[in-house]
Amino acid sequence: MSRDSSISSLVWAGVLLLLAACVPLVANGYWMSIALTIAMFTVLTTSWALFSGPTHYISLATAAFFGVGGYLVGTGMSDFGMGFWPMVAIAPLVGAVLAFLIGVATLRLSGVYFVIFTLGLAEMIRTLVSWIQNNFTGSRGLYVLTDLSEADIYLYLVILAAAVYFVGWWVNRSRLGFALRIIGNDETVARHVGINTAMSKVILFTFSGFVAALVGALIAPRYTYIEPNGVFSPELSFIVVIMALLGGTGRLWGPIVGVIPFALLQEYINANYSNYSTLVLGIAFLVIVYFLPSGVVGRIEQALARKGRSTW
Amino acid sequence: MDIIITGLLLGGTYALIAFGLNLQYGVARIMNLANGEFLVLGALAAFWIFVADAISPVLTMLVVAPLAFFGNWVIYIALLRPLVRRAKTQGHLEVDSILATFGMSFALVGIMVSIHGEYFTYSYLAEPFEIFGETFALNRIIAFCFALLIGGLLWLWLYFTRPGMAMRAVSVSTEASGLVGINVPKMSALAFALGGAVTTMGGTLISTFITLDASVGVIFTMKALIIIMGGVGDIRGAIVAALILGLVETMVARLIDPGLTLAAAYAIFVLILLFRPQGLFGRRPS
Repeated sequence: MSRDSSISSLVWAGVLLLLAACVPLVANGYWMSIALTIAMFTVLTTSWALFSGPTHYISLATAAFFGVGGYLVGTGMSDFGMGFWPMVAIAPLVGAVLAFLIGVATLRLSGVYFVIFTLGLAEMIRTLVSWIQNNFTGSRGLYVLTDLSEADIYLYLVILAAAVYFVGWWVNRSRLGFALRIIGNDETVARHVGINTAMSKVILFTFSGFVAALVGALIAPRYTYIEPNGVFSPELSFIVVIMALLGGTGRLWGPIVGVIPFALLQEYINANYSNYSTLVLGIAFLVIVYFLPSGVVGRIEQALARKGRSTW
Repeated sequence: MDIIITGLLLGGTYALIAFGLNLQYGVARIMNLANGEFLVLGALAAFWIFVADAISPVLTMLVVAPLAFFGNWVIYIALLRPLVRRAKTQGHLEVDSILATFGMSFALVGIMVSIHGEYFTYSYLAEPFEIFGETFALNRIIAFCFALLIGGLLWLWLYFTRPGMAMRAVSVSTEASGLVGINVPKMSALAFALGGAVTTMGGTLISTFITLDASVGVIFTMKALIIIMGGVGDIRGAIVAALILGLVETMVARLIDPGLTLAAAYAIFVLILLFRPQGLFGRRPS
């Protein structure tokens, strides 16, 4: 982990992000759309791993925050006549406040309660939002009409990925990152050396809620038509968990290694065998637990270490 | 009055389901997030057999229970015991078992959707029955009575037999019960299998009066967990929590909007988390 905090890793990340930013120059249509999906999941998994990687608290709240972001943009533009950018500014703040409240209520207790609480969260917010829509605001579907192209949204997400990566790099160097690693190793020890364990966890969880809501807001124009059943799909949370764990959360860039192959696999399954997408998610979870407990990156590093040729 | 009795009847069945999950979590130390899927499997079996041969769900339950027992036993031995052996700490086991049972839950949903992708609709004993001058559906009352019967038998077994006592000992401390000669791995497998069977029977019962579908299991897992939280430290708390959950859900569904039952369950969840994390009747740790 400490190697992640060196300056050279930051330079490497910068080069890769610049390359990623060039994708719209060569890709179009179908591949642009896949690149956009990959960019979206890269931001979501990296920010997820910032919190869940060191602490081992599995958050399934991503879909809830993502949905809040997308829904706020939709309702703001359709029901209240707001512009796109003001809503993009408001959405992540709401996501952060929501994450903060959830964190304060649940992160004091053991991990199981936290997992279960976040598990049903997206579904609960979806039923609440549908209820409010049916009884008060009236409109069912919400339109998000902007003149942003997929390539524009993609670029915003790459910039956001850079920002999230930079925050992660900075956290790893800071006292907060050190505290989180101790919490992940042994929470009792962490408490005894004077770390405010609850606060450290809440801060990072709030950050991941902020980012997920921002992604949901930014990507809303892609769907044009926002519907609670679509934006609050609980599957998103699970996909994020699978991608992050598949890559490995031991490294800041680990999750990206999982995002690209799994996004392509999903694309393929949804196109050809859409009836089996749930089954595939299940099998992916089992494969990770039984065969790749520390992710692809962790597995490769183990293999390198065994050969004694670890150069970095 | 109508709402109160319907709510209590529902709460009784919830208590049975939570009993199943509690055996798995309390004794075998596995937070089984695929628990709700076994409930749905029980419901699917009842629906399937009823539609095909018009056989009563109560009889189906007798067939389903040993099958679920065996299925859960195999799952524990083949998939979960390696995780128990591998885990260095309790926290590590928790994360691993959560992820593994998520995998099972998704895989089961995927399989069930491919068997029957629509709602499990069938009508069994939807006849009126009168209590205190008001009418209720007979199937709800039958389900409640059977939940009571199964729960009661389990309680007698746990509190008045030697294996039952061994199981309670394991739930108090795996290490200490191993030291006094209890076969902990065997007891854990037994508890896991028994818990799975109980939940599956609960699913068969619930399917007589609630229409389920293949993907609804996770909601029931959550409800069972909320009930268990109420019962931390004292089994009476779980029963009270189950009845409260049944009551509040019925009230919200009847008086406000049926779509808000999940939000109501969440409200109870948050209230317990904030004010009684030690369980409804538990004492604050000193």
